[in-house]
Amino acid sequence: MRRLNGDVLSGLVLVALGVYVIIESLGWNYMSEEGPGPGFFPLWYGIAMVVLSLALVLRSATKPEPGAPADWTAIGRALLAWAAFAGCVALMEPIGFLLSLALLTLFVVAVMYGRPLKIALAAAVGNAVVFHVLFVLALDLSLPVGPLGF
Amino acid sequence: MEALIGLGQGFAVALQPMNLFWCFIGVFLGTVIGVLPGLGPAATIAMLLPLTFNMPPTSAVIMLAGIYYGAKYGGSTTAILLNVPGESASVVTCLDGYQMARKGRGGAALGIAAISSFVAGTVGVVGLMLLAPPLAKFALTFSSPEYFALMSLGLAMVVLLAGASMVKALLAMLVGLWIASMGIDLFSDSARFTFGTAHLLDGIDFVVVAIGVFALGEVLGNMEKRGEGTLLPVPKGLRNLLPTMAELKACRFAFVNGSVIGFIIGVLPGAGSTIASFISYGVEKAMSKHPEKFGTGVPEGVAAPEGANNSETGGSLVPLLTLGIPGSGTTAILLAAFILWGLRPGPLMIQDNPELFWGLVASMYVGNVMLLVLNLPLIPLFAQILKVREYLLYPIIFGISLVGVYTVSGSVFDCVLLAVFGLLGYLMRRLDYPSAPLILGLVLGNLMERALRQSLMMSNGDMSIFVSRPISATMLFLAVALLCLPMFRKVNSWRIKAIEENG
Repeated sequence: MRRLNGDVLSGLVLVALGVYVIIESLGWNYMSEEGPGPGFFPLWYGIAMVVLSLALVLRSATKPEPGAPADWTAIGRALLAWAAFAGCVALMEPIGFLLSLALLTLFVVAVMYGRPLKIALAAAVGNAVVFHVLFVLALDLSLPVGPLGF
Repeated sequence: MEALIGLGQGFAVALQPMNLFWCFIGVFLGTVIGVLPGLGPAATIAMLLPLTFNMPPTSAVIMLAGIYYGAKYGGSTTAILLNVPGESASVVTCLDGYQMARKGRGGAALGIAAISSFVAGTVGVVGLMLLAPPLAKFALTFSSPEYFALMSLGLAMVVLLAGASMVKALLAMLVGLWIASMGIDLFSDSARFTFGTAHLLDGIDFVVVAIGVFALGEVLGNMEKRGEGTLLPVPKGLRNLLPTMAELKACRFAFVNGSVIGFIIGVLPGAGSTIASFISYGVEKAMSKHPEKFGTGVPEGVAAPEGANNSETGGSLVPLLTLGIPGSGTTAILLAAFILWGLRPGPLMIQDNPELFWGLVASMYVGNVMLLVLNLPLIPLFAQILKVREYLLYPIIFGISLVGVYTVSGSVFDCVLLAVFGLLGYLMRRLDYPSAPLILGLVLGNLMERALRQSLMMSNGDMSIFVSRPISATMLFLAVALLCLPMFRKVNSWRIKAIEENG
């Protein structure tokens, strides 16, 4: 049943996206004297999107496929990892790339994989140092720098 | 003759110390990531692409191609030793390769895989060298309607073979087309789908989507399960990597079979190395005098799929380099790389950039030799890579992804988008939406829209231009026919069986 919900839900999101694409494209020129305008192509793939996603929703709603129930612990872990990554992106500018990468490493090793804090700290520092040496010193790339100068 | 002159020119490029160095780096990195399960060549090329922006394009192409075919060598190592395919294309290699390893012939299996990869990989490059120039000449007659039809055909093939649900594959492709439309329109100056932010006026960088969907999506999926703490045991006694004469003799047909099937499948869009390896294993078994022994550790069961897997590389580069049409996620990323360097793969590429085309071809001969030399003695060493704990690996991948995206644009906004596409990639995986059609839709979106609009300008808005020209009519007919195939129940069950066998 969970599986069915996933298909219906993603299908509905895509119906909405398709409708949005169609509405937007109706605001642009469909056909001009020189030929098709900017609204031409989006209108057609928007229509295709709505038709196909409606088909997906109807099919999944009427003929539920027996699938394994969703493993929410697994999904939770993946989403937690994603949240940590998003947090790292948010911190990149305020505290600098290296520090935020070190924090992300610390979180993944210590919290998500339950390693002792000593190992996690070593991994965090090691990862930041390797990135600094490889990308900043060797390849001379500029990465966001925090208030501490790294 | 023309090919020989070109090849001579190519070796002059490929044998420059700088290019030899990058070729080595490429095949080395490729082997490493091929050994690591769960990180494919598409994700790796996407992540490393931004770091190649400062390199001369020829060196960069040589290196990225090295990653592409190097990963295929590496993928067989873990399949044989641990029954863990490093790539989906190595799934079949597990069948007989792992059985050979259990019988104490693991070294010989690795040796056969390397030799077969070398033979077939080289045959694939020969095929590329012979087929690409005439195909490019033929494609010179193509105009916008033919290109539009060709891209539709390519997308139809990819959609057909991408996943069990064609509706989902089509939807993924349409989302790709939508993302491609973001930004300023090519012909007029309308801004499309920019959500009112100036950040999106240039559209979304391909690299951001590719790294997000392939690399981050893959890693997030892997992180669902906390990996067991136990290390996979790497068998000892790999000293003897040379197969016996009898084993080599048993493989002689498999070398040919793998080379030919791999190349042909490679040229066709959609069907990648995974399907090539399955078909050539099937053919080998069907033609064998002792088909019942397949699956118990026969050397030809390793040689055929490994050969096909590597010959496919040369084949898949044919449409990419001569028509500018990629047939898979990995070649789509290579196409994006070419465009970023300002090169347009297409019928004129061999004429306009001979040093690049022939340099790449020659570098692939060199790279295959390097891989053979690198792999035979160093396989036990590469197997040690598997001892890297995943909790150390994933933060590194996160970091490289961020550095890659930030280097392209120098904007944190793109890193935010990266996080968004990482989540999208994970959700697509979770909900069984294939990612290859999305990437292809994204890469081909603008080219396709341009071809479509130019065609209609040529005909003053008359749609019949697509069916009144024989080549474009044939290709569009084929595309529609392919998309209708699953409506026949019997054909659809074959299609799904083929996809499921791909694991």
